[in-house]
Amino acid sequence: MSSPRLRTRKLDIRTGRIDLSHGAGGRATAQLIEEIFREAFDNPYLNRGDDQAAFDVTGERMVMSTDAYVIWPLFFPGGDIGSLAVHGTINDVAMAGARPLHLAASYIIEEGFPLVDLQRIALSMGAAAKDAGVAIVTGDTKVVERGKADGVFITTTGIGVVPPGIELSGDRARPGDRVVLSGSIGDHGVAVMSKRSNLGFETELLSDSAALHGLVARMLAATGPSLRLMRDPTRGGLAATLNELAQQSRCGFLIEEAQIPVRPEVAAACELLGLDPLNVANEGKLVAVVAPEAAESLLLTMRAHPLGRYASIIGEVIEDDQRFVQMTTAFGGGRIVDWLTGEQLPRIC
Amino acid sequence: MCLAIPIRVEALLPDAMARVTLGGVSKVVSIALVEHVQVGDYLLIHVGYALARLDPEEAQRTLALMREAAVPGLVAMEEVGV
Amino acid sequence: MKYIDEYRDGELARAIAATIAHEAVAGRTYRFMEFCGGHTHAISRYGIEDLLPSNVEMVHGPGCPVCVLPVGRIDHAIRLAMQPEITLCTYADLMRVPASGGTNLLKAKAAGADIRMIYSSLDAIQIAETEPGRQVVFFAIGFETTTPSTAMAIKIAHDKQLMNFSVFCNHVLTPSAIRAILDTATLPDAETVRVDGFVGPAHVSAVIGIQPYVGLAAEFGKPVVVAGFEPLDVMQAILMLVRQLNTDRCEVENQYIRIVTPAGNRIAQRAMTEVFDLRDSFEWRGLGELPTSALRIRDAYAQYDAERRFEIVTRSAADNPACECGDVLRGLKKPVDCKLFGTVCSPETPMGSCMVSPEGACAAQWTYGRFRTRAKAAPDRAAA
Repeated sequence: MSSPRLRTRKLDIRTGRIDLSHGAGGRATAQLIEEIFREAFDNPYLNRGDDQAAFDVTGERMVMSTDAYVIWPLFFPGGDIGSLAVHGTINDVAMAGARPLHLAASYIIEEGFPLVDLQRIALSMGAAAKDAGVAIVTGDTKVVERGKADGVFITTTGIGVVPPGIELSGDRARPGDRVVLSGSIGDHGVAVMSKRSNLGFETELLSDSAALHGLVARMLAATGPSLRLMRDPTRGGLAATLNELAQQSRCGFLIEEAQIPVRPEVAAACELLGLDPLNVANEGKLVAVVAPEAAESLLLTMRAHPLGRYASIIGEVIEDDQRFVQMTTAFGGGRIVDWLTGEQLPRIC
Repeated sequence: MCLAIPIRVEALLPDAMARVTLGGVSKVVSIALVEHVQVGDYLLIHVGYALARLDPEEAQRTLALMREAAVPGLVAMEEVGV
Repeated sequence: MKYIDEYRDGELARAIAATIAHEAVAGRTYRFMEFCGGHTHAISRYGIEDLLPSNVEMVHGPGCPVCVLPVGRIDHAIRLAMQPEITLCTYADLMRVPASGGTNLLKAKAAGADIRMIYSSLDAIQIAETEPGRQVVFFAIGFETTTPSTAMAIKIAHDKQLMNFSVFCNHVLTPSAIRAILDTATLPDAETVRVDGFVGPAHVSAVIGIQPYVGLAAEFGKPVVVAGFEPLDVMQAILMLVRQLNTDRCEVENQYIRIVTPAGNRIAQRAMTEVFDLRDSFEWRGLGELPTSALRIRDAYAQYDAERRFEIVTRSAADNPACECGDVLRGLKKPVDCKLFGTVCSPETPMGSCMVSPEGACAAQWTYGRFRTRAKAAPDRAAA
C-alpha cells in the first residue's frame, strides 16, 4: 500500500505574502519557484528542475554581463523592476555586439512582500524574456527579514555569443568617427521620478525600457567592422557614457545639442526640477561610434527599426588629450558636458 | 535653487493653491502671494510658490525689442559678408 | 515651452551678439557683474561668453545664497540635526557644502541625523503636521526670492499653532550685497572690484521691484539692468548696459518687463515685513560682517525661531585657509585663479561653497566651462 500523498494547497497569490519559509530552501521555496517563477518563465531548462542549466557552447566568442536592480518604485510607467532586469542585462550583452542567449535571475525578497506583486513582476519578466527570444534558464530566491530589503532586489546575469569578426570595445573610437544616438534621452529617469511622491509631479511619459539586441543585429549587418563600439547610457545618462568613452578611447567629443532628441515632457520635467536631460537615465537607448564613411547608412538602418526611429548623428570624435566632451549649445555658445557629481537620483535603475 | 520658470495655470484649487502644467508635466503650488490668478495665466514659480504673473503683452514687447536689437547686428554681419 | 523657448533662439542670439560687438567701442573694456547665481549658471550653460566680443567681460558676483553662507552657520545646522528629537529639513543644494572638520549635512545624514531634503517650505510644514513627535526645523536660506515662502511657512505654522515647527533663518538682502561689492568703506582691507555695471537679479527683483537699486546706481555711478534668466534676456541686458556706458548714463533699467514690475510683489513684501526684521549685522562668507544685511524672525514669531528655541549658538568658523571663495564671490578672482580649483577642489571634493553650489562661479566654470582655460586650443568655436 502506498503512503498517502501530501496534498499541498496552492499559493494564495491574491492575499498571501512572502514569509521566511519561502527562503528556507524547503518545500515552501520549491512551491514558490514552481507556482510563480516556472509558471512565468516556462522553458525546458527551468522545467527540468535542476539547480543549474546545461547547454552546449560552440567555438564562438562569448560575452557575459551582470547587473543588480534596486529601482524604486518597483512599478513605474512603461515597466517594472522585472522587465527592467531583463532588458538591462540583455542590453549590456548586446552592446558588445553579442546575440543574447540565456539569462539567470536571482531574487532577494523582503519578508511581507505581497505574492501578487511578485507574480506581477515574474510575469512581466517572462513576457519580456519571451519577446526578446531569450530564456531565463536558472535562478535563485532568498528571503530576508522585514526591513532588510526594500520589497525586492533582482540580479540578472546574461550570456551571449559574438559573431566572428566583430570586436567592439570602448577604446576603439578614433578622431573623425561619428557618434550616433538611437533616440530621445531622459525618458526613463523622468518616468520613474514622476512616481516618487516627494517630487510631486505627474506626467504621461513612459520609461523607454526595451531590449536592443534586435536593433543591434541590424546595425552590425549594415556596418560590420566600421562600427567601433556601442554603449547604453543608463545611470548618469548620456553625459556619463560619453565621458567614460572619452577616457577609454583617450579622445574628446564634439557634439551638437540641437541634434540630441529630447521629448517635450522630458524637457519640461527637467526644467521644473533643475536637471539636465544629459544626466538622466535611459533604459532603451544606445550610443554608437562609427567610421565616418558608414555613418549615414548606419543612421538609415537604425531609423528603419522601431527602436531607432529617432536616431540622430549627434557629433564626432576629436583629438583631445584632456578628453573633454564639448558641446555646441542650441544657443550657439560652447560648453562641456561633464559627469554629474553626487547622487542626483538614488535608485533610478 | 533658483528654479523659477513661467508655468501655465491649469486649475485653481482650495486654500490658495493651483495646479500648473509645463509641457505635460503638472505640479501643485501655492498662489497665496499673487492676486487674481485665473486659469490660463502663466505664473513664475519658485520653491513651491508663485511669485509673479507673466504679462503676455510685455512678453511680446520683449521679443519685439530683441528683434529690434538684432537689426544693427544683422546689418553689420551683412556688411562683413557673414 | 511657451515663454521659455523663444528666449533661447540661437539665430537671434547671434544677431544680438553682432550688435553688441558693433556697438562696444573698440579699445574700451566693459566689465559687468552678473549678481545672481542663476545668471552665472545661464551664462555658463549656454556658453554666452563665446558670443560676446573680447572687450566685454562678465564678472561673477555673490548672488548665490548657498555660497555666501558662512561655515559657522552650516556647523550650527549640523549641530541642530544631530539632536535626536530634531528633523532638519533643507534644500538639496546645502547637503554637500563643507562644514568644519570636513563634514557636511550629507555625511551627518549618513551618520544617522534625521535630515530630509525638500523642495519647498510647504514640505517642511507637512512633515511637522504628519510627525507631531518630531521637532521639525526648516533650514531657511536665500535672497528675497525665497524669503517670502519662508515668511508664509511661519505664518501658516502660527495659524495652525504648529508647536513642533521652527525656522533656522539665514535670509540675506540683495542691495546690501551689491553695496558691499561697491563700497570700499565696508571692507577695510579689500580692493574694490572694477565693475562698470550690473546685470540685476531677475526673481529677486520680481519680489522687491526696481526701486531698491535706484539709490545704489546713483550713489556709485553704475548702471543696473534687471534681466531675465533666459540667455536672450542676458544678451539684451548686456547690450543695454553697453549702450548706457556709451552714453554715460547710470540708470536702473528693467529688461525683464514680462515679470518684473517697478513696485515688485507687494503681498510678498508685506509678508516679509510682517515676519522678519533686520539683524544688526550678519557674517557673509567672503564679504565679512555686513550691517543690516540679513533678516531675523520678529519677536512676535519668536516661538518659531530655531535660534531661540534650541540652545545652540553659532560659532564663527574659519574657512579652509587655501580656499579663495571669498575673493571669487567679490569678483576679485576668477575660479581658475584659485590654486585649489581643479586640483584639490572639484564638485566631488569641494573645499568651499563656490564649488558645491550649482549656482556657484566655480561649479559653473567646472561643469560647463573649464575647457576654455587650457593651453591647447579647442576647435575655434568663436569663428564657427
